Amino acid sequence: METTPNKYAHIIGWGIDADPKNDPTYPMRNRAGEEEKGYTWTRPTQQPVNIEVHHSIERPNVTAVFGTAVPPSGLSGMIRRLAFKKSENDYGHWLPLILADRVNVVEGIIEDIKNGKFPNIPAEKGMKAEWQHNRGGLLRQLAVTAIIGYGIVAYFRAKKRREQEDYDY
Amino acid sequence: MLAMNYRGPLRVRIDQKPMPEILHPQDAIVRVTRSCICGSDLHLYNGSVPDTRVGMTFGHEFTGIVEEVGSEVTKVKVGDHVLVPFNIACGQCVFCKQELYGNCHESNPQATAVGGIFGYSHTAGGYNGGQAEYVRVPYANVGPTVIPEGMDPDDAVLLTDVVPTGYQAAEMGGIQPGDTVVVFGAGPVGIMAAKCSWLFGAGRVIIIDEVEYRLEFAKNYAQCEAYNFREFGDPAVFIKKQTDWLGADVCIDAVGAEATGNALQTITGRKLLIQAGSATALHWAINCVKKGGIVSIVGVYGPTDNLVPIGNVLNKGITIRANQASVKRLLPRLIEHVQNGILNPKGLITHRIPLEEVSDAYRMFSEKLDNCIKPVLIPPSARI
Ligand SMILES: NC(=O)c1ccc[n+]([C@@H]2O[C@H](COP(=O)([O-])OP(=O)(O)OC[C@H]3O[C@@H](n4cnc5c(N)ncnc54)[C@H](O)[C@@H]3O)[C@@H](O)[C@H]2O)c1
Ligand SMILES: [Zn+2]
Ligand SMILES: [Zn+2]
Repeated sequence: METTPNKYAHIIGWGIDADPKNDPTYPMRNRAGEEEKGYTWTRPTQQPVNIEVHHSIERPNVTAVFGTAVPPSGLSGMIRRLAFKKSENDYGHWLPLILADRVNVVEGIIEDIKNGKFPNIPAEKGMKAEWQHNRGGLLRQLAVTAIIGYGIVAYFRAKKRREQEDYDY
Repeated sequence: MLAMNYRGPLRVRIDQKPMPEILHPQDAIVRVTRSCICGSDLHLYNGSVPDTRVGMTFGHEFTGIVEEVGSEVTKVKVGDHVLVPFNIACGQCVFCKQELYGNCHESNPQATAVGGIFGYSHTAGGYNGGQAEYVRVPYANVGPTVIPEGMDPDDAVLLTDVVPTGYQAAEMGGIQPGDTVVVFGAGPVGIMAAKCSWLFGAGRVIIIDEVEYRLEFAKNYAQCEAYNFREFGDPAVFIKKQTDWLGADVCIDAVGAEATGNALQTITGRKLLIQAGSATALHWAINCVKKGGIVSIVGVYGPTDNLVPIGNVLNKGITIRANQASVKRLLPRLIEHVQNGILNPKGLITHRIPLEEVSDAYRMFSEKLDNCIKPVLIPPSARI
């Protein structure tokens, strides 16, 4: 720290009003006096990178540890790979990731079926809880869906009939 | 082992998954004893966090017994019952050195803006979480803290996130004795923020939500005023009237991306995903705070952009303070508060649900069924 004022000796008035107590981030952040040293800390041991792991292009490396939950695969993996060519600062990073997430849902269903397991979507959505604690609401929702569905079917039936009648004339 | 398995928006289930392994010399494997569902999990559950991959296990609020440790682990040993902060932090980087444990630079390769978090998508590091029987805990010398003798695991599990987050929300508010604090959101985090605001000397604490049972709960638990925003019309006008027409000294956003209350925000933020969640509560916080006041944000938003009245932040000279809670920094003080009976975290738990019923648990918390405030999942192998 001693050398810092010398470093700025050519700037008149450097630091004369510095007030370390005026730190709006305090006490969230307890300055250690090493902040200006940059990326020089002793890094923890590196976790071996033996799966595909993406890293943000806003950093030079993979962090010392990382998660291995779901390595990228399939079409969604390809989209994710492309997304990681763009920075976190770029929509070209986040929008493809959201797209990949949606593609991944379809891949998940295919994977389930391949494993001989047709996903029980109402159960996954916790319909039992809804049935136990909000039966009225659930029934109302089902009824509304049924009525709308019936309405659409009826409309198209009627339309088809009208078209046929037109044709008959 | 049994683990929660994400299959797509609103679809989660319990499945058999392989046991976690030690992948790094500072790893520990922990057998989970308690694991909560959090408002943050709802952002994942709704499919609004980019890079949430199918097959992932969520869960960042958990306690458990250490079953195995890597060669560099010295601070915990096999058999210890630990609470595990939701942040994954190395303890060595320039940010950890400043006790910014929620902003570690050595725990999440996928994004520089956010530190590693258990069970929180690949955008937060790609770690499987604790809604499972077993979980891998990296940097076991830093995060995991042995649960003090005599502490209820139900209290301990809330010290992994809800208590420190609520406390830090109040702390970041820079509350001065006598200040009026308005907390948006009467979920577990908002209720805890309201409770903790008193500890900093608030003169008046007001909590705002639309869910009647939560407001009722908050009023009793945090001894504060509680109002339903569906009933009072425009929030900015209401708060101005409540505060001699000047606004609150401090506003806390404890809602985040899932906010309701403004159709434009809801459609663009939650349905179309063209902004990073609905910023209704933050918008209100900015417009309800006094000139020169402080807005403290703990509600979570996504990584892109949000519609907020930034011009008013400028014109009113507002200070905005925000962060992921730095759990490890706050733990010593908060453990003391729990032991001295100043805080009663487990009073927030309304539902104890077997891990096997995770699909229903998510639905119940998300849809606010059965007066749910905070659900805790208990794995069959918890044995306590
Ligand atoms: N910063 C952190 O470290 C951290 C840690 C934990 C949770 N969080 C975040 O805190 C937020 C709250 O978490 P929680 O577990 O209490 O969630 P929750 O979903 O249980 O609670 C949110 C509450 O906000 C209410 N709400 C919705 N719109 C509102 C509005 N416009 N005004 C006022 N209230 C409104 C909802 O009705 C609900 O009761 C989430 O965004 C979560 O991700 C942040
Ligand atoms: Zn949480
Ligand atoms: Zn670190």
